[in-house]
Amino acid sequence: MFLWFHKFGSAPHFYRIAGKWIPWLTALFLILLTTGLYGGLVLAPPDYQQGDSYRIIFIHVPAAWMSLLIYVLMAFCGVVIIVWRMKLAEVVLICSAPIGASFTFLALATGSIWGKPMWGTWWVWDARLTSELILLFLYLGVIGLHNAIDDKRIAARAVAILAIVGVVNIPIIHYSVEWWNSLHQGPTVTKFDKPSIHWSMLIPLLLMALAFQFYYALTLFQRCRGELLKRERNSKWVNELSEGNDV
Amino acid sequence: MPEVALLKIHNLACVRDDRVLFEHLSLSLCREQMLLVEGHNGSGKTSLLRILTGLKMADEGEIYWHETAISESDSNYYERVIYVGHHDGVKRELTCLENLRLVQAMGNPSAIDLDDALEQVNLYRYGDTPVSNLSAGQRRRLALARLVVTEADLWILDEPYTSLDKVSMVLFQTMFEMHLKQGGIIVMTSHHDIDMPAVDVQRLDLSL
Amino acid sequence: MYNGWIFHCDLFDMKRYSLTQAFLFLLKRDLTLSFRNRAEFANPLLFFILVITLFPLAIGAEPALLSRIAPGIIWVAALLAAMLSLDSIFRSDFDDGSLEQLLLSAHPMPVLVLAKVAAHWLVTGLPLLLVSPVLAVMLGMPSEAQGTLLLTILIGTPILSLIGSIGVALTVGLPKGGIILSLLILPLYVPVLIFASSAIEGAAGGLDVSAQLYMLLSFLFLAVSLSPLATASALKMSMG
Repeated sequence: MFLWFHKFGSAPHFYRIAGKWIPWLTALFLILLTTGLYGGLVLAPPDYQQGDSYRIIFIHVPAAWMSLLIYVLMAFCGVVIIVWRMKLAEVVLICSAPIGASFTFLALATGSIWGKPMWGTWWVWDARLTSELILLFLYLGVIGLHNAIDDKRIAARAVAILAIVGVVNIPIIHYSVEWWNSLHQGPTVTKFDKPSIHWSMLIPLLLMALAFQFYYALTLFQRCRGELLKRERNSKWVNELSEGNDV
Repeated sequence: MPEVALLKIHNLACVRDDRVLFEHLSLSLCREQMLLVEGHNGSGKTSLLRILTGLKMADEGEIYWHETAISESDSNYYERVIYVGHHDGVKRELTCLENLRLVQAMGNPSAIDLDDALEQVNLYRYGDTPVSNLSAGQRRRLALARLVVTEADLWILDEPYTSLDKVSMVLFQTMFEMHLKQGGIIVMTSHHDIDMPAVDVQRLDLSL
Repeated sequence: MYNGWIFHCDLFDMKRYSLTQAFLFLLKRDLTLSFRNRAEFANPLLFFILVITLFPLAIGAEPALLSRIAPGIIWVAALLAAMLSLDSIFRSDFDDGSLEQLLLSAHPMPVLVLAKVAAHWLVTGLPLLLVSPVLAVMLGMPSEAQGTLLLTILIGTPILSLIGSIGVALTVGLPKGGIILSLLILPLYVPVLIFASSAIEGAAGGLDVSAQLYMLLSFLFLAVSLSPLATASALKMSMG
């Protein structure tokens, strides 16, 4: 098991394996995306209160889930970087950050679009949206700090610490914002938290969530391959690749 | 008696900006030995010394003190190491004595009286002078005075003779010889010619 | 051949400083340095007062409105003043090489970090405590809320220093570190801001705010126990 782990962490090995997986991941992503969207946009019945405008949750909710999941993964990579100094974890962390930030932005944008027909404004200081906004800043902080430090090995460790500190703070921030929201918003009902959800809506939702996970995986692999090439451009295996000696 | 290697460097490598400064570097140092690191500017001398102190992480390899890797357990190491780098490491707003007291508080104090320590580095009259009023050479002597006020086996010195005049250079060279004779180890870089015939000097040239 | 080992052990009395002594010594050193460098602690305080003064100028001096938003204004100003003051924790030590000497000390770095942050708070946070009652009166805050105001500042500003020190440690080696510092730290300050201002607001309305105060207290304990570890780790990284 340890040997597999160690081998997996080797850059040329990962490069090759990731390259083989990408087409499969893309195929799975497209299949899940189409079935999920079809299920959500066509098959699922209109909501008795919101009509058809609720259907944006099929993008909004999975995007929000991904934004959180990716940050947790980044923090996990952070621990691996600090404890075992695994180079691959550094690459995964820094490549995940923009993807996570994009999902966060997507969640914010779709949340805003959802809000317009509901409350007539483009933005509400809802607990969930406000937490997502702060999460976006946490992502931007990771990206910004990594860009600001020249030595990329030091940058990776700095960002690892930041991700760990961030992940510890996310539940605290989330709880604080929810508490704040309950104080100030009063009786406004938020449709973001449905108490129970019918299976005809739940299944497309889960399909979309799965689709987004595959999307994350395939973009992550692509970015990681690019980042690995950049980082190891002076090493033997990269030179062999560019000479066309390898797949 | 068998000479036990106190400090061991194994397969050390350092890369900066795509340039390999050094790699596969291995050596060991016993008591009463000095390592003189030579090389032109930018060859990695300071990087090597900073890796030895643990301030910088090597790209590959490990450093062993008393057979224990310092990356795993460094508390024993830091009790026996003193580093004087490019910066003097003294606070300009504090007086010389206050700075030395801080050095003792943070490390392993030797039993020497602080005024005697200042006298040993020719700063006796400057005990209560704020460091901001000292010249560069005097500040350097104060920086090196930390070697006198603490007890340590390993001295890591990066260009210790910077800003020093000839008299001070001789003074500190004598101090280094004494430390080695008492069973210490020194790792040093210097632009100046080091002529210490009585001392067992290993030379490491990083330009190669 | 002289055996150095005997020479070292025998004749000298090794009076190594205990951890507590080292902590107090470093605390005293930093306080001394701040005292000899007075601008360092006057600036954040003046900034705090200035920012608060700007609000009536911007919004209008209507007493009902001002007293309604006073808790928020004071706390946002406190956040900004804390951010402004943070750079001084490690900047000077980084520049003159004292920071790397502290990292090489035989004492554990998290404890030394705690000493420096404590000194920083005493110099930048505590003055806010003395000035805020005056500012509260100027903003028309009801007197019932003033005690809570002082409590939140007493508990909250150390949290700002502790969390802020992590951000400074990550950016101290960077040339334009101050710009990115705010991006890193302000999201982490949000919980303190929320609970502190809500506590004061609640107290002004005569409600029981012990829940908010206990939350702040638990944040403080969390910050004291965990942030020095993160800060020490980040400092070590910045030196490499």
